[in-house]
Amino acid sequence: MENFANYLHDNFLWGAPLWVVQVIVQFGFALLLLMVFVSPFAGILSFIERRIAGRMQDRIGPNRVGPQGLLQFLADGIKSLLKEDLIPKSADKPLFIIAPYLVFLGMFTTFVALPFASKLIVADLNVGILYVFATSSLTVVGLVMAGWGSGSKWSMLGGMRAAAQVISYEIPAGLAALTVLLPAGSLSMQKIIASQGAHPWQWFIFSTPFTLVAFFILFTSLVAEGNRAPFDLPEAESELVSGYNTEYSGMRFVFFFFAEWANLYVMAAILTTLFLGGWQIPQSLSVASASAASWLPQVLQLIFFQLKCLAIIFLVIQLRWTLPRIRMDQLMTLCWKYMVPIGFFCVIGTAAWMMIFPQGAPKMAYLLTALAGVTVIYYFYRVVWQIKVSHAQIELNPFV
Amino acid sequence: MLLNMGPQHPSTHGVIRFVVKTDGEVMSEAMPDVGYLHRSIEKIGEICDYNGFMPYTDRADYLSAMNANQGYAMVVEKLLGLEVPRRAEFLRVIAAEFNRIISHLLSVGALAMDVGAATPFIHALKEREKVNDLMEALCGQRLTYNYVRIGGVSYDMPPNCSERCLDFLDRFEPQWDEFERLVSANKIFIERLSKVGTISREDAIAYNLVGPNLRASGVDYDLRRDIPYSIYPELDFNVIVGRGEQGEVGDSFDRYIVRVREIRESIKILRQCFSRIPEGDILAKMPKVLKPPVGEAYVRTESSRGDMGYYLISDGSAKAFRLRIRTGSFTGMAIIQKISQGMMIADLVTLIASLDVVAPEIDR
Amino acid sequence: MTFDEIAKTLQEKFEGLVPTTDRAGDPFLTVPAAKIVEILTFCRDDGLMAFDCLSNLTGVDAPPDDIETVYHLFSYPKRHSVTLKVRVPKASPQVPTVEGVYPTANWQEREAYDLIGTVFTGHSDLRRIMLPDDWVGHPLRKDYKEQEDYHGMATTRPSLLNS
Repeated sequence: MENFANYLHDNFLWGAPLWVVQVIVQFGFALLLLMVFVSPFAGILSFIERRIAGRMQDRIGPNRVGPQGLLQFLADGIKSLLKEDLIPKSADKPLFIIAPYLVFLGMFTTFVALPFASKLIVADLNVGILYVFATSSLTVVGLVMAGWGSGSKWSMLGGMRAAAQVISYEIPAGLAALTVLLPAGSLSMQKIIASQGAHPWQWFIFSTPFTLVAFFILFTSLVAEGNRAPFDLPEAESELVSGYNTEYSGMRFVFFFFAEWANLYVMAAILTTLFLGGWQIPQSLSVASASAASWLPQVLQLIFFQLKCLAIIFLVIQLRWTLPRIRMDQLMTLCWKYMVPIGFFCVIGTAAWMMIFPQGAPKMAYLLTALAGVTVIYYFYRVVWQIKVSHAQIELNPFV
Repeated sequence: MLLNMGPQHPSTHGVIRFVVKTDGEVMSEAMPDVGYLHRSIEKIGEICDYNGFMPYTDRADYLSAMNANQGYAMVVEKLLGLEVPRRAEFLRVIAAEFNRIISHLLSVGALAMDVGAATPFIHALKEREKVNDLMEALCGQRLTYNYVRIGGVSYDMPPNCSERCLDFLDRFEPQWDEFERLVSANKIFIERLSKVGTISREDAIAYNLVGPNLRASGVDYDLRRDIPYSIYPELDFNVIVGRGEQGEVGDSFDRYIVRVREIRESIKILRQCFSRIPEGDILAKMPKVLKPPVGEAYVRTESSRGDMGYYLISDGSAKAFRLRIRTGSFTGMAIIQKISQGMMIADLVTLIASLDVVAPEIDR
Repeated sequence: MTFDEIAKTLQEKFEGLVPTTDRAGDPFLTVPAAKIVEILTFCRDDGLMAFDCLSNLTGVDAPPDDIETVYHLFSYPKRHSVTLKVRVPKASPQVPTVEGVYPTANWQEREAYDLIGTVFTGHSDLRRIMLPDDWVGHPLRKDYKEQEDYHGMATTRPSLLNS
């Protein structure tokens, strides 16, 4: 992107100083990211979630609006825009109005540090992962403001619960991320990916058993931070009538949900970057595509990254529609009594591992990869067996 | 802090209001406030004549309407001293047990949804739809059946009803196994339900809990076996009693698992009925205007929510003098105030859902 | 135990009980109102009768001038049941509460108070349960006339049938 800024400055805008042009270019890229990638993606993600939920519940899901129902999110967005904008009388107006924007801001500012490909990153900060965790904590402020500002006791309860939950689960998330940062040796997102390889046994998840455990801890913590089921008590529909969301209607309500779905993607991106090798593609593929066109490796890297993110998103969506909610005190117990100690243990274990095996232990990586492969094969076998046993009629075509 | 879990709430089953005194998450008391669905059915019972009151009994508990119908028919028949033909008795039991299955399906599904899992509810409703189709073939209605008449039933089985019903039962059992695997064995679900809202055996009897709630607290009592009516003496089934498998006897998980297993017992009963049903009349010979002699009767039937008592006082005329419907949900609400001290708000939702209260039954 | 045996046992212990067995359906035992708490305590604690469950408590508007409260007792160990009735004049319908004997009577008596008008003396929380707290009248009485309006809303509508 510096090249692009230099190019602009030299050829068109030589009147303005270079840094102004750079700022404008970065701003433009961020806007482009928001408009072209995040917004439609969050919308399509909502549609995907509803289709997957429908399939799991033996029904179809939205398929009327647009081809296969793909424009459903547009219809929902337009409908929400046209709704009456209610502000309760006892609401705290400034807080009530700002809260959705803060939540959205906290989520969106993380997008600028996400590495989509080796050259497709808006800002390659050298504290990348720390920046991502820090800005995603802005959502807490937004949630508490929403809860308090709504002026309703139910919302306040929901806001309190949300704040407690998100803040508590930052700690295991940080510890699990630390487990990966030790081998990587840097906080920068691109460097973390560069120290992994393309093949599964070169990913950080399989490099030591401690990082395998840390992956699950990070996964759980990020799901909890995103207020997704089974941790969606703050917005529990059947208990608090949507918690801090209750008094919001129309576009403000859509902002919360938009932030939640986009947060799903950030969650998946963080997991992919730290544990699943990011955008790395096999060397042979990279060389072969580079000879075809110079931009082709970037596109392939982007595709790999997206595929990994989508796999994680799929898993999270399935979890949401299968598992019941965890109660608040059980949630807190899980975090503080189980995940934090295990997180510490993983960090110390990884540090010890790195001392014992300074060059890494590829045998362990192969072993763990093999174990994972066996688990995946067994999973599919069970699914097929279950279908046979229950004589279910399944529809393999997702676009029925 | 005084919270109002108001009449409109996604998880109170019907229109019930709770005034919750809470301090953060932990409640000090939850007082139920009922009466939002009071339609004075008992007063209407004094205005309608006996035959015309039957549709009202459907609305007293719409989720197990057949049992409600049957109870009313039984109490009038007891006063009249009427004998119901055997085929009608079999049809009544078939309809009642199907009704028990779908009532428990909805109750268990709603409990799963209140705890947080949305998918089991949809699966349960899917099965319910199929039974609704069968009921529609039988009596023309999907929810409020008005099928039982005083002296018998109103319609006979359609031509291939037996085959369709047995086919449904064959397909339903493996689905129910899958449901159990999805929900009952789920660790989070067990954590949410076990040791929550434990009702001891003495409390259950003293507060007059009935049906699955009573059995879950360890009392081995089922009206169908212990004070049998209709053709239940000839049928062979087990009575499920809560044993405290995950947690204590009488907690929410026991109430849930009693309902899940009762569905299987109902399937057993249905298969026996279909194999034994005789030919014959479906309605006894009765005068056009029913005038029971002066007297009173109290009859209880085992509906899905426990025993539903009908108390009828007749003064010899064509209209009842006093009709009282005593339902299990009404007395079940009284215990919530006592048990809810010290529980969390999330547990209150679980407690209400596991007690399977239905608002029209409470308020009538 | 059959009804006759139960009635005999109770009549030996208490006086003033009148059994009625000549009507169709269930027989019942009429009991003086002042002694109802003693009698129910005895029924619950006695080893032979063991009525541990108050299955139903309801009020009946009995002609010409009385209000009856009906108690249906049931025993889980012995599987027998009995019906007790208490008659009080409509002008001052006061019955002692049996809440101390059977906790379930709490709500059932509130309903009887709400719909029939029996005042249960000694009840911990006697207020209306089904109807709103400021409703006037007791609907299940035979001579009940509905109030004309409630908080400004008319309680009747013109009938759509005969037009």
